[in-house]
Amino acid sequence: MANLQADFIGIKSPNPFWLASAPPTDKEYNVRRAFEAGWGGVVWKTLGLDPHIVNVNGPRYGAIWGADRRLLGLNNIELITDRPLEVNLQEIKSVKRDYPDRAMVVSLMVPCEEDPWKFILGKVEDTGADGVELNFGCPHGMSERGMGSAVGQVPEYIEMVTRWVKSHTRMPVIVKLTPNIADIRKPAAAANAGGADAVSLINTINSITSVNLDHFAPEPMIGNKGAHGGYCGPAVKPIALNMVAEISRTPELQGLPISGIGGVTTWRDAAEFITLGAGNVQVCTAAMTYGFKIVQEMISGLSQYMDEKSFTSVDQLIGRAVPNISDWQHLNLNYVAKAKINQDLCIQCGRCYAACEDTSHQAISMSNDRVFAVKDDECVACNLCVNVCPVEACITLEPMAAGAVDPRTGKVVDPTYANWTTHPNNPAAMAAAE
Amino acid sequence: MASGELVQGLVAGRLSSEAYDENFSDLHAPLDAHEALVAADRCYFCYDAPCVTACPTDIDIPLFIRQIATGTADAAGMTIFSKNIMGGMCARVCPTETLCEETCVREVAEGKPVQIGQLQRFATDHLMAQSVHPFSRAAETGRRIAVVGAGPAGLACAHRLAMHGHSVVVYDANAKAGGLNEYGIASYKTVDSFAKREVAWLLEIGGITIEHDKKLGRDLNLTDLTERFDAVFLAIGLAGVNALGASGQGKAGVRDAVDFIAELRQAETYSQVPVGRDVVVIGGGMTAVDAAVQAKLLGALNVTLVYRRSRDRMNASRFEQDLAAAKGVRIITNAAPVEISGNGAVEAISFEYMDDDLTPMGEVFTLSADQVLTAIGQTLGATELPSITRGRIAVSPDGRTSVANVWAGGDCTGLGDDLTVTAVAQGRDAAEDIHRALSA
Repeated sequence: MANLQADFIGIKSPNPFWLASAPPTDKEYNVRRAFEAGWGGVVWKTLGLDPHIVNVNGPRYGAIWGADRRLLGLNNIELITDRPLEVNLQEIKSVKRDYPDRAMVVSLMVPCEEDPWKFILGKVEDTGADGVELNFGCPHGMSERGMGSAVGQVPEYIEMVTRWVKSHTRMPVIVKLTPNIADIRKPAAAANAGGADAVSLINTINSITSVNLDHFAPEPMIGNKGAHGGYCGPAVKPIALNMVAEISRTPELQGLPISGIGGVTTWRDAAEFITLGAGNVQVCTAAMTYGFKIVQEMISGLSQYMDEKSFTSVDQLIGRAVPNISDWQHLNLNYVAKAKINQDLCIQCGRCYAACEDTSHQAISMSNDRVFAVKDDECVACNLCVNVCPVEACITLEPMAAGAVDPRTGKVVDPTYANWTTHPNNPAAMAAAE
Repeated sequence: MASGELVQGLVAGRLSSEAYDENFSDLHAPLDAHEALVAADRCYFCYDAPCVTACPTDIDIPLFIRQIATGTADAAGMTIFSKNIMGGMCARVCPTETLCEETCVREVAEGKPVQIGQLQRFATDHLMAQSVHPFSRAAETGRRIAVVGAGPAGLACAHRLAMHGHSVVVYDANAKAGGLNEYGIASYKTVDSFAKREVAWLLEIGGITIEHDKKLGRDLNLTDLTERFDAVFLAIGLAGVNALGASGQGKAGVRDAVDFIAELRQAETYSQVPVGRDVVVIGGGMTAVDAAVQAKLLGALNVTLVYRRSRDRMNASRFEQDLAAAKGVRIITNAAPVEISGNGAVEAISFEYMDDDLTPMGEVFTLSADQVLTAIGQTLGATELPSITRGRIAVSPDGRTSVANVWAGGDCTGLGDDLTVTAVAQGRDAAEDIHRALSA
């Protein structure tokens, strides 16, 4: 069986699955249960200065669901820990003592002044924790007080605070980034410049999950009012993957370790983050939806996958997909594919037909007896039929062999690579040629 | 202690009242709101969906299921009722396993169709529970139409005509409206007087008067109706029954299954309905199965259903056959009755095995029987009708008969397959054609 042992910026854990700083890691009781269930590490729910903050006394979460009420996206308006600092510190120390092999990272959020950071770092060091994570990400509540994403949205502040923290602790420092910015590379570069050992991303996305149509107020509703919250869960994974990828493929940020966060629900999600450059992953919503036991599937699934691919350590997987992340302009325009419907698997629901006929390229035919077939002379291989088909692998995109004639364009499929930068329709390319 | 199952002869009260209650409870418990959402989520919203094609009333099934899934069950009910005003009854009695659910792509994919019938019941029950009838009448046209027969075809026709602003008088031979919904369908498919409630709800649209105990050929004649009304719609069903081709059918204890079911449906309590210890039902359709299963539920010890052809030729769907078997009904196929014996009352019935083309095979067997129920097909059983073909009133696809201004629909025509849902479709379509004719 593959070795899942992970070493993330010197912090060792038996597997790369950590629980993110969030409600599941708010208390000793929860964290002990998490470690018993098999989690490799935790980032303790964000600590702040006393007097501790307070939370609302109404709903803290809103959600969206897919079929069968599968939770797809969750948002929250919970703030950082609402327990006294000393209580948290004692519990961290107690748990770390009993689980020395697990990663114990402590998330921190204090005002943008050097003294509070210096003060709290000393306290955390005394617990024996393995590292700290700077919460520059939470977009709700604390940001109104100049903390969380209010810091994460200003690269200069990120760099400044990171530098303070590095100067006041020997612990590894992870900077947690907010996705509520235009270009994730800027805050990542700022963290890097400030001396961060790693970045973690993404924190939650600003969101209103729904509106109560009886009271005309955003959900979750406190009385008759609602505030935007931070969005997470499976729905945000694509956004998180892209942001991780953006950092991974930026030359100036090469070697900056990444802890991947955002909708990790299964081993497969975790593997995807890792191949895009994450050294480990952090999980929250999946645990909040199904409980801590899901880590067992993550462990067995990643192990099986690594065995099947002959990877013997997680390190070998990190960044494997990064070389294949491309700009659009470098995609091969000579690559031609056609959708193909496997008639043995087709259940004749006709969704591919409706999608293609109504919204795409009229490239699927429908016979009187409901046989659906791709019209190769119309198909642009857009993949929509594949995506709307309810049966796995029923519709596939098949590349055309070089030398074959594309019935849509009448052109021979060219085996050579050619992209937009040299395409005759590209004004920039023409200008270069002239 | 009730009389018990072992007593020979026609005996009422074989079971305890608790046993009757349990036996005649809802065949399928209705979906609760959560179950409906889970079931609705399975619909793929197919393009030009096969289930709609399979529905004789063309209900837009993907649309109503999506309306349930999005929390608007009353809108779903409207989608159903606008095509099929008896969508509530059809949700209960349609053989969905051979109609919409048979063609559901999830039946194709997984052998488990979306529960279309149950979802339809959820939506229609939801809307019918509202205090207002959801349809209203167009301005009064001054036109009057006679509908003969207050079964599914007649009532569907009457409702659609009333919607268009016409005035309708419905004549029915029975004391209650509803036709086979009231008299002919197994109790466990329409509990809590649903047939009666549905009629009352349907009539809330207004513009419809029902006159009971009025039978065509006895109290009414067609010529008179055509003179007094702008149009006539015949939905008289099949009042006659086929005779059994076996000797001894006059013996006590031999009766028509339709009457047996009607008595059961109209009984105040099930304990009042006498049933034999050894019941033999002859026939292979839904009526045969309904009679056999209900005889068993009434406490008959042995119930045997005998059909002259092979099992796959039975008109009762496989689901109905399995239901009968599950309730303890023994099914014998390829056997036709030869002789009913007994001294005054039936004591036994003998059958001869038949091959698939109904050639007798010369091998006879005898079943003990103190009750024989025949369900071997029904006939028009009325005279002075428009032209007849193959024993039914001849009609065009729109329901027009050979007589001017007279339309017909439902089981009395050769159009459908004797299902409630096809009768509703024919009543509705004839109403539209009548409306077109009167508006021309």
